[in-house]
Amino acid sequence: MKRRFKADRFLVQRMGISLIALAAILTVVPIIGLFGYIIAKGAPAISWEFLTTMPSNGMRAGGILPAIVGTFYLTLGTAVLSVPLGIAAAIYLAEYAKENWVTRLIRIAIINLAGIPSVVYGLFGLGLFVLFLKFGTSILSASLTLSIMTLPVIISAAEEALRAVPQSFRTVSISLGGTRWQTIRKIILPQALPGIMTGVILGLERAAGETAPILFTGAAFFLPRLPGSPLDATMALPYHLFVISTQVPEMPIQIQYGTALVLIVFVLGMNLIATFIRSRARAKRQW
Amino acid sequence: MDKSPNWRETFVTAIVKTCGYSAVVFVILIFFFLLRQGLPALLEVKLGDLFTTRWYPIENHFGILPLLTGSLVVTVGAMLIAIPFGIGTAVFLAEIAPRWMREILKPLVELLGGIPSVVLGFLGILLLSPFLRVFLNLPTGLTALAGALLLGAIAIPTTVSIAEDALDSVPQGYREGALALGATKWQTIWRVTLPAARSGVLTALMLGVGRTIGETMAVMMVTGNAPVMAIKLTSILSPVRTMTATIAAEMGEVANGSSHYHVLFLIGLILFLISLAVNITASSVIFKSRKRAERVLS
Repeated sequence: MKRRFKADRFLVQRMGISLIALAAILTVVPIIGLFGYIIAKGAPAISWEFLTTMPSNGMRAGGILPAIVGTFYLTLGTAVLSVPLGIAAAIYLAEYAKENWVTRLIRIAIINLAGIPSVVYGLFGLGLFVLFLKFGTSILSASLTLSIMTLPVIISAAEEALRAVPQSFRTVSISLGGTRWQTIRKIILPQALPGIMTGVILGLERAAGETAPILFTGAAFFLPRLPGSPLDATMALPYHLFVISTQVPEMPIQIQYGTALVLIVFVLGMNLIATFIRSRARAKRQW
Repeated sequence: MDKSPNWRETFVTAIVKTCGYSAVVFVILIFFFLLRQGLPALLEVKLGDLFTTRWYPIENHFGILPLLTGSLVVTVGAMLIAIPFGIGTAVFLAEIAPRWMREILKPLVELLGGIPSVVLGFLGILLLSPFLRVFLNLPTGLTALAGALLLGAIAIPTTVSIAEDALDSVPQGYREGALALGATKWQTIWRVTLPAARSGVLTALMLGVGRTIGETMAVMMVTGNAPVMAIKLTSILSPVRTMTATIAAEMGEVANGSSHYHVLFLIGLILFLISLAVNITASSVIFKSRKRAERVLS
């Protein structure tokens, strides 16, 4: 009787662990397959010409230069607006804010900003920037929309990085006669910088890959030239991939895979830089 | 001389404080603009007409029920995928896999989270939906099931990452205690570690699924975009259309200020309120569990 009970117990264990392992395999293997497949299919399309020329023949031939440049501008625009604001907000939360209901309200707001669907950001951008402030469908409107979407990522990461700096650093600086701002600017910020950078890059990475927020705020279906000012609309890699995979009939499959690969390299390249900064900072850190 | 740093301190504090409040301001602004453009829809379209089953804006039929059920069926499908696979993978990484394997696999799964959804939608069109069409012998592969599978893939990285952290932060003593009492490894996982990490795992699921409700591009590309009621069990194998996809697909073509335009903003408002509810619930779960942890520790 006791023996059978014991056997059952181990049978259950073997079945349970096998099921879990199966779930993990079924999750991980497709991910590896997915990356391999895109690289294998997209790599033949990549050439210097593909990266540096304009699309031609209704986007069915030529390169994707305006989409690459557009995504670069949008990412840059997003950074200009969201990085200073996000870091300042993080400094407030980590160094100034008291634990009271206002601070709790700010935290709830940040969590909610992070959860708002990207297409709702698009609607908001259309309502506020494109129509109300009359910026039109432009890089400016799209960047502003993406900045607000990126803000919660940057604030959370930067706050965490600031809080990770040991309290003793602050105590010592203040006791040496430094003011609060001097302490933050000269001691805390430099120490927290790698962590902040990591968060910034991860936030911008998300912005670079988004389509829905720029759909009605700044993305152009096709533009035969590069955007000349922040008030121009622009092509962008994610939107371009959407267009050529759903809206253009008889689109050569190779160009589609090539565009997908360039987008992934752009986005995951940023991810790689962030990982590199983080691991180097960890190795150098003395506390 | 003595005064200028003080003046500067005050100035900097004011700026930093203003930036700190910005998140609250933006949430209110977003809410305000959705209300401003969405509420007129309630005046132009009767509430009774809004909750009908016909979405055909060209003839002024604005029944949002097909869109609501479309979003629901795709999200529930994604949940059914994310729960076993997401939590299974998290348990595998935290409790079973050797350390070196975890160091490789966890970043890999998180890398999936970095892939833009439009790329997943692109692969969904080219690979997933033809496969489903042939494999399940359907007239079209662009179905709710394809959407659910992609959304599952989108929910999994968040779920795995947060659930694995939660499992990993269960004190080692819990496991050692269970094993010392003669429990098998499986019993330890199932009856000790998982229950101990319950609130973290729940949060992981909520945040993972929260991402799927608002997901737009991937869903729009693979669900076939037919605004029909999805209430039968077979709906999962037929085309549907979600709220997000409707906004993305139609906003570009409507006249500003028309009823159609206002209804689309109203749908945006509904999405905003859903995400608000999900996130406030998820954060209160975190808050409660933190309080409980503090009680246990004190």
